[in-house]
Amino acid sequence: MELTVNRQRHQIDAEAGMPLLWVLRDILGLTGTKYGCGIAQCGACTVHIDGVAVRSCQIALADVGGEVTTIEGLGTPDAPHPVQQAWIDHQVAQCGYCQSGQIMSAAAMLALQGEPDDAQIDRIMSANLCRCATYPRIRAAIHDAARRLATG
Amino acid sequence: MSRAGRIARRGFLVGSVAIAGGVAFGAWRYTRPLPDPFAKGLSPGTDALNPYVLIDASGITLIAPRADKGQGARWIQAALIAEELDIDPAGARIEPGPVSKTYYNTALLQENLPIDPTDTGWLAQTLRAGSDVPARLLGLQITGGSSSVPDGFEKLRSAGAVARETLKQAAAMREGLSRADLRTGDGNVILPDGQRIPYTELAAEAASIVPVQDVVLRAPSQWRILGKPVQRADIVAKSTGTQRYGIDLAFDGMLYASVRAAPAGSSVAKVEAAAAKGMRGVHSIVPIRDGIAVVADNTWRAMQALQAITIDWAFPDLPGDQQAVWDGLTAALDTAQIDSRPREIGDVENALAAGAVIEAEYRVPFLAHAPLEPMNATVRITDSQCEIWTGTQIPDFVVAKVAALTGLGEDSIQVHNQMIGGSFGRRLELDFILQAVQIAQSVPGRPVKMIWSREEDFAHDQPRPAQIARGRGRVANGQIVALDLAIATPSVTASWFGRVWRALPGPDATITAGAGDQPLAIPNYRVTGHRADEVFPVSSWRSVGASGNGFLHGCFLDELFAAADLDPLQGMIDLCSHDVSRRVLNELREISGWTGRAAGQGRGRGVAFCLSFGVPCAQVVDVADTAKGMRITRAFAVADIGTVLDPVNAQAQLSGGMLFGLGHAMNCELTYRDHVPEQTNFHEYQAMRLHQAPEITVRLLENGPLRGLGEPGVPPAAPALANAIFAATGQRIRELPLSRKVRFV
Repeated sequence: MELTVNRQRHQIDAEAGMPLLWVLRDILGLTGTKYGCGIAQCGACTVHIDGVAVRSCQIALADVGGEVTTIEGLGTPDAPHPVQQAWIDHQVAQCGYCQSGQIMSAAAMLALQGEPDDAQIDRIMSANLCRCATYPRIRAAIHDAARRLATG
Repeated sequence: MSRAGRIARRGFLVGSVAIAGGVAFGAWRYTRPLPDPFAKGLSPGTDALNPYVLIDASGITLIAPRADKGQGARWIQAALIAEELDIDPAGARIEPGPVSKTYYNTALLQENLPIDPTDTGWLAQTLRAGSDVPARLLGLQITGGSSSVPDGFEKLRSAGAVARETLKQAAAMREGLSRADLRTGDGNVILPDGQRIPYTELAAEAASIVPVQDVVLRAPSQWRILGKPVQRADIVAKSTGTQRYGIDLAFDGMLYASVRAAPAGSSVAKVEAAAAKGMRGVHSIVPIRDGIAVVADNTWRAMQALQAITIDWAFPDLPGDQQAVWDGLTAALDTAQIDSRPREIGDVENALAAGAVIEAEYRVPFLAHAPLEPMNATVRITDSQCEIWTGTQIPDFVVAKVAALTGLGEDSIQVHNQMIGGSFGRRLELDFILQAVQIAQSVPGRPVKMIWSREEDFAHDQPRPAQIARGRGRVANGQIVALDLAIATPSVTASWFGRVWRALPGPDATITAGAGDQPLAIPNYRVTGHRADEVFPVSSWRSVGASGNGFLHGCFLDELFAAADLDPLQGMIDLCSHDVSRRVLNELREISGWTGRAAGQGRGRGVAFCLSFGVPCAQVVDVADTAKGMRITRAFAVADIGTVLDPVNAQAQLSGGMLFGLGHAMNCELTYRDHVPEQTNFHEYQAMRLHQAPEITVRLLENGPLRGLGEPGVPPAAPALANAIFAATGQRIRELPLSRKVRFV
């Protein structure tokens, strides 16, 4: 099957039902996307398909109907995405394991929403679990990133 | 005590040894009260030098042996060394270092336990004092008990200072100058004429001279890194998906595995695996002790095949339901036998007999650790060697247990400690590592990465134990006259030591920690610990005994303040017998604008205090009872950690600890049915999510001794919240989670 991830095309020899998460991690070696629960409850596996945030543990390979972007494709240590830069500036991460998913959810929200208010942030970001409870800094980083994106 | 004291007065010395092309600096058997080891001279390879700084032509490596599970330990250890070494820690390699007898003090453990009653040695004293788990563990190279910072504060800075001065001495000898004329900066020795010699060029010469021991540690006013808001070295990687955790490792030829193991105390009765054998990618089905593993060519295929295997468990002929736990705790409270009574002031019985007694029973549930990175370990084993890549807080126990399991010598076992995606105490266990070793034994020579499913994690946690406590108290003339609290719980210390090593005798102070050690001058004050039998294995969970006891004690105290018609914050300030703690309470009143419990219709404020791990921490929680449910609107936390070394991270630890405590208090419990927890994944164990997280104001004070902050933010959160709900609604909730009685937003 053909799969486009971070603008690169891949031929994938795998079961149609294999979740995108494990294709990314174990076949393509893109380990920035994390396994946390396997049932779309923690959000650690969040990626974008055509810009929309999805839980990659719940998307079968055969059902991927668009281009996939992972945390590695959003930005890099040398050229971070504005949302990643806000995460760096606010030192959001503690253990950091959920943060790829948090950042992917936030980036998709901001691309759609512009400058979200706290209620919108609550609604969208509550699907991403952080066991270290870095939430105050997540909220601050999202507001900061929204301002950066708005001023371009 | 002067913070810039000369290290010669300390219980350790710092030396150096030559390594290939360079030099290693470190602490000399720092945990042991030894006479000056340099009288005998240092001979590399035979003496126990724990290296912290390695310098060769390729660069500078800082060794940070305490495991990093998100609390920032790796960075602060590097910063402590770098502060004195005069380098930018962000430019150095930071590694956890190997486990070996000379590196960690495994020998110390083996030589000193079990304790002889007449032994007055350091470890025996520590163990006997048994004040809490961290005290028992400090000498054993374990990460836990919020101990990394206080343990490393002088040791790591001294290693940096000795390295710096020895490098200066090497440069002085080369140039025919005096060491006093030289300076250092950014990894260079700087000559009087401004010429800079990189440390890497001086390493070989530094290895050949006697290390300079006569160093004075810099005063905080001279610090460049410590105490300043700096960017932690792992922040960029953790914001770009490039941080590698144990679960992310990959090796050529690596196989993948997953496991289903029997519930605690059970075993495998029957396995039907035919359907799994032919599934795509399945390499083999491997029986392990009390479980079954599937080895496959990727993780998902291993997990899929496991689901296709039918396993019948042989359950023990013992109770396996939650009710057995509550019954056991009640029975423990009803017996006259006590485990410990750390607080006994005045005459509680007489004081209670003099008037009306206020009585209450409190309960706290089992809680899962459930860090977000599922348990995993990668192992490659041959006839002569075993390599383990995993995140662990107890590397030396890993080595000992794997040696026993495999028959290999301890020197043949290497643990490569990995960055950890959360622990909260879970990585103090060995179960998953020993499983991975057994699986790897079935495919000698090939690396195997074993990953647990989240369901396996919930089914096989050793949780924070459930507890029941009974409080009795009396108030008179607007004062608390008596407080008597009896707490029943199984011993996490005995449970854990029994798994990782062997059971230790003596009372377990964690049974009363956070309740029996509080600095309150109540005239008749008694706290008693009753040890209940362990129905299910239990373990240390962030803040250990204080996690539950903070709630029991903090809520019952609030009941007594209410009965005496006292303001709870003023009441605690008036009762407080510890100056550092009183200043914490006063600061909390200041930053929270506290004027009392009342906060208007449907609103309330709660306050609680707990001194744990040497850190006094006090918190105020504000709630509003809204149409959508109870909402935490604001929260305030103050703690005193003596010296704030990493202000950005310290604030995160305090804020995160408080929210961790609030989330579990609201939403979480683990309940057992038929020998297994009923909660199987995060849909049934919500913890804290963003929409429930209030704005938090935190303040760190520096009046007490230097302490760590990974845990002390947790204990006051649950009682502050329950007390706030009482203030808002008049309802006393005496069991957790609060969601049993209250609907939260």
